Amino acid sequence: MSGHSTYQPTSGLGKWFDARMPLPRLVHDSFVSYPVPRNLNYAYTFGGILSIMLIVQIATGIVLAMHYAANTAVAFSSVEHIMRDVNWGWMIRYMHMNGASFFFIAVYLHIGRGLYYGSYKAPRELLWILGCIIFLLMMATAFMGYVLPWGQMSFWGATVITGFFTAFPVIGDWLQTLLLGGFAVDNPTLNRFFSLHYLLPFMILGVVILHVWALHVTGQTNPTGIEVKHKTDTLPFTPFATVKDAFAMLLFLLVFAYFIFYMPNYLGHPDNYIEADPLKTPAHIVPEWYFLPFYAILRAITFNIGPIDSKLGGVLAMFGAVLVLFVVPWLDTSKVRSAAYRPWYKMFFWLFVVNALFLGWLGSRPAEGWYIPAMQLSTLYYFAFFLVIMPLLGLFETPRRLPNSITEAVLEKTKSKGGAAPAAMPAE
Amino acid sequence: MISKLKALAAAIVMGLSVSGAAQAAGDYPINKPRHVDWTFAGPFGHYDEQQLQRGLKVYKEVCSSCHAISRVAFRTLADLGYSEEQIKALAAEYTVMDGPNADGEMFERPAIPSDRWPAPYANKEAAQAANNGAYPPDFSLLAKARAVERGFPWFVFDIFTMYAELGPDYIYSLMTGYTDEIPEHYADQIAEGTYFNPYFKGGPALAMPNILSDDLISYDDGTPATVDQMAQDVAAFMMWAAEPKLEERKETGFRVMVFLAVFAGMVYLLKRRVFASVAH
Repeated sequence: MSGHSTYQPTSGLGKWFDARMPLPRLVHDSFVSYPVPRNLNYAYTFGGILSIMLIVQIATGIVLAMHYAANTAVAFSSVEHIMRDVNWGWMIRYMHMNGASFFFIAVYLHIGRGLYYGSYKAPRELLWILGCIIFLLMMATAFMGYVLPWGQMSFWGATVITGFFTAFPVIGDWLQTLLLGGFAVDNPTLNRFFSLHYLLPFMILGVVILHVWALHVTGQTNPTGIEVKHKTDTLPFTPFATVKDAFAMLLFLLVFAYFIFYMPNYLGHPDNYIEADPLKTPAHIVPEWYFLPFYAILRAITFNIGPIDSKLGGVLAMFGAVLVLFVVPWLDTSKVRSAAYRPWYKMFFWLFVVNALFLGWLGSRPAEGWYIPAMQLSTLYYFAFFLVIMPLLGLFETPRRLPNSITEAVLEKTKSKGGAAPAAMPAE
Repeated sequence: MISKLKALAAAIVMGLSVSGAAQAAGDYPINKPRHVDWTFAGPFGHYDEQQLQRGLKVYKEVCSSCHAISRVAFRTLADLGYSEEQIKALAAEYTVMDGPNADGEMFERPAIPSDRWPAPYANKEAAQAANNGAYPPDFSLLAKARAVERGFPWFVFDIFTMYAELGPDYIYSLMTGYTDEIPEHYADQIAEGTYFNPYFKGGPALAMPNILSDDLISYDDGTPATVDQMAQDVAAFMMWAAEPKLEERKETGFRVMVFLAVFAGMVYLLKRRVFASVAH
């Protein structure tokens, strides 16, 4: 898709730069003339939305760090200082706090779109894996960030989650001590988490650049899953993708703003407005909502599997639930990319979505009664979707007839709508 | 297109809704909190200055003998409609420890508006020792730190009804919830020195006795000081203490939402125009 550059510097300054360091050319080729499939729908706007969210998080985070103090004696009070005394501190903090949640909402929708339209399939495996790395880094960043306000859930969440590492044989205890900087969550933990919480977003930014680079080499997929074949299959990024992305971003920001300004604490936990107390365990320790499906998977393993005890089994299942995403490109055996032409995959996919939401709800429940078998069944389907259904469906499913090209698919759709098909082909 | 947007919105809502259930289920409280029609609820919510002043009076004359409110500075009482002189006079009723002075001595002095409210006890241990081992929690953040789980499907509806007053509803229900009629089922579960309250989320009974009674205090504005009135007023005051920037937040939010909505509408029209000549 790279093709040769159509950038023509017009001004003297533009020519001067182009001869020395063609950054304007790079921007022009990547975000102006860059060809995108003409049939992209709104599911393809989350990449842009995620870039905005990363910028929001970094910008608000840098301001918060100017007023926050990473010391157990004053951390909680410094957050309250931001909320009460810093000019617009309440807004910056609520943006950052809800920004984490909306970052995850966008990333889950982005990943879901990838799974639905088969975006991970060759030649986009590396693009997908880079995305998985970003997701892992996001999880680490969010977890450490949640510890910083030093509320009850911060402290006890950190205690529970770092406790997972003790499940690993031989190195487990050493690993946990290294993470905590001691034998329990305390000041050294808070200090290193703050340091890493500041570092990781810039690592995310680095991997995002690689992710976008890989995307611009292979080009975007599209709802038909057919590769771009002709010039008529594409539209220039600007104005077409730009304006559509901008509209989607504004809608997303509208929902984001609704939560920041009207329900800023809805996505949080009330216990985090109580200062951390190592002597008082909350009645139920739960992670942030975006980790709940994985928390349910962790607690679903209540039985030993051979030499693996239930604790290690739970931890492996939880990490496995994320790591399995990395190998999805090789688990899916289907020759057809898009679920739009795969009736069975489509059904299993939506079942997977419902199951993931159900797992999230189960993650908020205590591990008792009927919740446990429900967690186990849900976990089973989660893994079966990737490890059994994906490989087998490709072999047994009969896909629907594929159109010959993106242009044909688009024109067919326009015709069936009965609308007058615009005659004009996209502008060059 | 619209149906796709709807599906998207539904997906976002479903994703969000999981969080509302983030608290685990339990047997308590026995009764769900009762809802009060707060002035600070909703998109145009604002505090009622008169109510906050009454709530302050309840806090000052009743609650403050056990409960601290140590994150609230006297100067912020300007939010309640008090003048600088009134705030100075109120602060001066309290003494705070300051120092060391030039001789290296700590000394006591009357509080000034920039001071934070002094706590009734020197430290947490002293508070516990004086209260049968139970720590009377600081009021500063309590209205945001207490919430009874809503449960499915209510936590989904709450997004659309903008219900964010779980804390004050809980506090109001607790303050008005004491009763001598203990159901038989719970009668033998009430520990010595605790008091039955079906709205308490930590168990059948709590260490705080029923403090409020009708006409316990007299309001300056002549409002009859019923238990219900005092409970509402002090809960509203605690909401202000926990979220003093609520009015600024909602006013700013409305402007931001209008701006984003208008901007989005304009970009949508532009988008339609850009795509008008192209089948997609």
